[in-house]
Parts: sequence; structure tokens; C-alpha cells
Amino acid sequence: MRPPRDERALVRPHVVTGGRAHPSRNVFDLVTLVIAVSDRTTGLNPEQRRIVTLCRGGALSVAEIAGHLRLPVGVARVLLSDLMDSGHVTTRAPAPSARPPRLQLLQEVLDGLRARL
Amino acid sequence: MDSAPASEAAEPVYLPDTVRTAVKLLIVGHFAVGKTTFVGTLSEIRPLRTEERMTQAGAIVDDLAGVPDKTTTTVAMDFGRLTLSEQLVLYLFGTPGQSRFERLWHDLARGALGALVLVDTSRLRQSFEVMDLLEQHGLPYAVAVNRFETAPAFPDDEIREALDLLPGTPLVSCDARDHESSTRALITLVDHLLTLDQEPE
Ligand SMILES: Nc1nc2c(ncn2[C@@H]2O[C@H](COP(=O)(O)OP(=O)(O)O)[C@@H](O)[C@H]2O)c(=O)[nH]1
Ligand SMILES: [Mg+2]
Repeated sequence: MRPPRDERALVRPHVVTGGRAHPSRNVFDLVTLVIAVSDRTTGLNPEQRRIVTLCRGGALSVAEIAGHLRLPVGVARVLLSDLMDSGHVTTRAPAPSARPPRLQLLQEVLDGLRARL
Repeated sequence: MDSAPASEAAEPVYLPDTVRTAVKLLIVGHFAVGKTTFVGTLSEIRPLRTEERMTQAGAIVDDLAGVPDKTTTTVAMDFGRLTLSEQLVLYLFGTPGQSRFERLWHDLARGALGALVLVDTSRLRQSFEVMDLLEQHGLPYAVAVNRFETAPAFPDDEIREALDLLPGTPLVSCDARDHESSTRALITLVDHLLTLDQEPE
């Protein structure tokens, strides 16, 4: 018996990713922030086009992109790394050397949470 | 009665331009312990959900060619977002702790600052698996008892003993439906993470 439609994936993952299971880059963590840097969508497949369109408005995490487009995270990663290679999206993050040390991050998280009380 | 978020209806809410750094904390625990509720209570956006297809052996399926449907299963994780300052955003990932979803766990644990384990006093044994997983991944955690009216109230020392907590592991109680109570549970966790980081090796 087939599951109800809304429980089925909208896309067959191997179709959108061209059969590849691994992204060409390894930069996309679940919380990597992504933003579109090009409006061009010619030559992109429909799923890639949806990503570029979504990411035009501003930065979102990889997890949010997957959630909004109802793609498994692994598939979103493959698509995003191709879009990065083709110059359509970029990541917004401090250079590794500029990422605050863990202790400082934890303190900032703590301060931010306390401010919400 | 359905606390599952519906991704398809949510409009994207973009991060402020000034945000540069994203961090994540995991909200873990067994089925129906209150993870989705907790994430939904704290998130500034309507919580989102992704569904990962895995083989029964726990490998993430990115390529379904040749994989008969019977051998795959779906695991859902929901997540929410809190912009904490002009530069910093915190993501909360609610996820069941099942060791067979090894790859998903690896992904979630990578780069996570730590985890909050939600427990229900009427089903403490069901928390063992997720706590073992956290320990295997070297992910520091605090424990929050999500108070259900029907659950027995045990003294803290009995809960600590039943869960075999280290003396330094914080144990708090919270109501996942309440903003202040859930925020305080997270504060306890982050405070603990800071303490661990400042301890001499
Ligand atoms: N009484 C009480 N009920 C809760 C609390 N947190 C969650 N629930 C209820 O418990 C059920 C399961 O919660 P859910 O967040 O879906 O659990 P999950 O499976 O861990 O994501 C839902 O019906 C919630 O409304 C709580 O703190 N107190
Ligand atoms: Mg849930």
C-alpha cells in the first residue's frame, strides 16, 4: 500500500542530484548560513532553481533551506555545493580564523538566553 | 493534539544581515518526551522539520536507486531558531536518540555545543539509549525532567541514581510548554558547558 501523498518525498533524490550521494564540497554543515549571490537561474534544474529563489531574500541555514523545500538534508547539501561551484550561492560565515573561540561563543549564548527571560 | 510542525506552510524568515555565526544545541530524548514542544516554545520562527530516509542499518539514503522501499525508514528532526545578538544565531535541533541512526547522529553532533536531554520520570529507562549516544559522541549534556502531571515525582537523588548521572551533570525540571521554564533549562545547560570549558584538563 502506498503511503498518503504528503508522506511521500516530493522528489526522487537520485534524480535531482544526478545520482551522486556526496557533495563536491564539505562546507555545508546543518547550520552553515547560505545566501544567493546570483539571480541567474538558466541552466539550473528545478530543485536548484527553487534553492536560488529561496536564498535570494537573505541568509538561511542549510537545515532551513532543506525544511522549506522539503528536501532531505543530504540532498540539499549536494545541490548547494553544486550551486556554490557554479557561483550561484555563497556561505556567510566568518573566516575560520575569525570564528570566536568556543568559550566566547558559549558566553554569548548564555548572555543572549538570559536577556530573553 | 498534533504538535508536529508543518514545513510547507511556513514563509521563510531571513536572518538579519549582521548575523555571522551560527551555533547549535541538540534537544534529545525518547518518543513523546516533549522535544517538538520544547523547540516550538523557544523558536522565533515556526519550527521546521526535515525527514531523512535511512536504511534500516542507519545509513542516510541520498540515492534511492536500487534501494527497495521496505529497507528504508524515515527519521524526522525538527528544529527552531533564536537570534541571540546582532552577530549570533542559535539553532535547536530536536531529535530522537536511536543508535541505529548513526549517520544522522554524526551529522547532528558535529559542531554542536552540547545537548539537553529531556526525560519523563515514568519512563526513565527509555532515556538510557540517548544518553549512551551522547557519551559515545563526547557531547556534554544536562538533563531536564519534563513534568507531566501524571508522572510520579521522585526526589532528585533517586533520578540521578536511576540515570547514573555524574555528580557534575545538572538535573533540572521544566515545562516544555512554558517559555521561561524552557529558557531556564537551556541556560542551565550552557552554564554547565561554560564550566566544563573552564575546568583545567
Ligand atoms: N503535561 C505536559 N505535557 C507536555 C509537555 N511537553 C509536551 N507535552 C505533551 O506531550 C506530547 C508529546 O510531546 P512532543 O513535543 O510531541 O514530544 P516529542 O515526541 O519528544 O517531540 C504532546 O501531546 C505535548 O503536548 C509538558 O511539559 N507537560
Ligand atoms: Mg517530535
